[in-house]
Amino acid sequence: MHLDHTHDGPAAVSADAARPDGTRRALRIGLGGPVGSGKTATVAALCRLLRDRVSIAVVTNDIYTREDAAFLLRNAVLPPERIQAVETGACPHTAIRDDISANLEAVEDLEDAVGPLDLILVESGGDNLTATFSRGLVDAQIFVIDVAGGDDIPRKGGPGVSTADLLVVNKTDLAPYVGSDLDRMARDAAAQRGELPVVFTSLTGADGVAPVADWVRARLADWAV
Amino acid sequence: MSVTATARITAVADGRGSTALPLLESDGPLALRRTRSPETGYARVTVVGAMSAPLGGDRLAVEVRAEDGARLTVDAAAATVALPGAGPDAGPASYTVRLSAGEGAELRWLPEQLVSARGSALDMTTRADLAPTARLVLREEQVLGRHGEPTGRLSTRLTVRRAGRPLLDQHLAYGPGAPGGWDRAAVLGGHRAVGQLLLVDPAFDHGLPAPRLLGTTAALTPLAGPAVLVTALAPDARLLRAVLDEALEGLLKDSRALRRR
Amino acid sequence: MTTRAALLVLADGRFPAGGHAHSGGAEPAVKAGHIRNAQDLADFCLGRLHTTGLTVAALAAAAAHGLDPLALDEAADARTPSPALRAVARKLGRQLMRAARATWPSPALTALAEARPRGAHQPVVLGLTARAAGLEPADAAHCVAYETVSGPATAVVRLLSLDPFEATAVLARLAPALDEVAEQAAEAARHGIDALPAASAPLLDITAEAHAAWPVRLFAS
Repeated sequence: MHLDHTHDGPAAVSADAARPDGTRRALRIGLGGPVGSGKTATVAALCRLLRDRVSIAVVTNDIYTREDAAFLLRNAVLPPERIQAVETGACPHTAIRDDISANLEAVEDLEDAVGPLDLILVESGGDNLTATFSRGLVDAQIFVIDVAGGDDIPRKGGPGVSTADLLVVNKTDLAPYVGSDLDRMARDAAAQRGELPVVFTSLTGADGVAPVADWVRARLADWAV
Repeated sequence: MSVTATARITAVADGRGSTALPLLESDGPLALRRTRSPETGYARVTVVGAMSAPLGGDRLAVEVRAEDGARLTVDAAAATVALPGAGPDAGPASYTVRLSAGEGAELRWLPEQLVSARGSALDMTTRADLAPTARLVLREEQVLGRHGEPTGRLSTRLTVRRAGRPLLDQHLAYGPGAPGGWDRAAVLGGHRAVGQLLLVDPAFDHGLPAPRLLGTTAALTPLAGPAVLVTALAPDARLLRAVLDEALEGLLKDSRALRRR
Repeated sequence: MTTRAALLVLADGRFPAGGHAHSGGAEPAVKAGHIRNAQDLADFCLGRLHTTGLTVAALAAAAAHGLDPLALDEAADARTPSPALRAVARKLGRQLMRAARATWPSPALTALAEARPRGAHQPVVLGLTARAAGLEPADAAHCVAYETVSGPATAVVRLLSLDPFEATAVLARLAPALDEVAEQAAEAARHGIDALPAASAPLLDITAEAHAAWPVRLFAS
């Protein structure tokens, strides 16, 4: 116990990189994006690809309690004690941005129960283009859109598209069927995002989530130093 | 003319595996009779005279002590009906029950329903003080109005302390003059019979039953200490009793099983 | 000298202490058909205010008054027979504690956080928070009493798509009752822990247990 701690005891400052016992806490990455863009499928694929090397847990923020958590459990991507659902009172964006207290409880409970953890993925329930994660909750955020949602989404922008640390354009395999122009999406995204990275994924492929996983591995490497 | 009366019961272990009643004191409308207990080792007392009391302005009290190791059941021959007093100045009636149970004692307080008749006003207070190893079975039922009549004003406070610490504290208030909303969705939802069944048993330190619903308007809930409370709402007294009786039977079975372990 | 602005900060529905995910029993009441319109909401809120509301407002006032928070926490347990509601009260207490220590750090909050790491009852934490913010026991009581009705009103706007103007008008019409309950709670707190009210709502206790067991729900309670 450090009596001269600069902050006010356990968990008073949400974004602290250290746990109350002084050890470094897990890296927290948020995943947001519109309904049906493939957030939960991305989380599941990341867990499958990374879980042998990285100690992972997941927090879901559903509109209806436990739906996404139930999907992850059914698909056995992680043991059940590593998945926690936060109830959001029908407003996931409030729970990840405006009042993050329940999510902070969840990430800390997971570290206490199954820690030490390297990575906690915090998934938002499907919401609109304005939903972003508070910097008090996550260290980095991924925004997932898909080609079927319209190839004008990158052009329209919004905080998720323009400010997320990684933009994922998912379901590229569907582009020919829905008439979406991937080149145009890439150009528009670059215009909105400047230097911030964009990756294109198709989770139907064997290694479809690899570009996202590579980005997460790089964030983990940064976090460790 | 209003009545002030206090009836007293003290039960002690007689040292031969049974329970004696060195004090059994009726008073006014509160007539006590020692009755035969169906269970060996238990003394039983039945309150026989409370049928028409309390009237507005009456001050009634019952004090029951189960000393260390005593086993006592107190029940009643009939429902208690709160009635309006004589004249408009009678004021509310009060009915105070003080229960205590010592080390290893068991007290079962199982009165009949308390019926709040139209125009009546009654403040009922029940306080139980339990030693750490005491057991208590307590049932309270409030019926709002006799058949087809609106209820009087009824306030009931139930306070249970175990080893000097608060275990359960509830205050219910219904009827004309009670704070608003008592009849609606948060409190009674239009029901006319309300009941509580409390079982305090140190055996529950080894495992409390999980919370469960008993139909749609009753729930069995473990308290923060070694005790279980059943809270039930029902359209009438008979349906209420059926829920509480069934719950009591199950809970006594649970606690017996825990004690045998 | 009390600071009215601090009360606005603490009582603001956007104060990040987790309340937005809780309906205060309104979700099961809507599902059961007990709340269908603004009038039903008003009746529900009035009943909740005079029962649970009075009880928790007095606990908050008592904590703000300086009574022993651990004894108050125990008194809160005794007044909360539903384990689902005890769990909710402690969870919200822990969430409020986090926000409170970031906004009005105080040794009393730290001590309670260390004594109850899984969370103390929310009204007790709120009372201590009010004290740390330089507020009076009556302010704490007002804040908690208001939460007991504003939570259900906000939830019903989402659950029934009730007109938000109507829902806010319901709250405005409850103002005199809110003042009365808060004053009653603050007055009780002046007379010590044994004088605290214990007004309870049987149906809220029962439906809280039912709601906690629903497999799918919008609100945490």
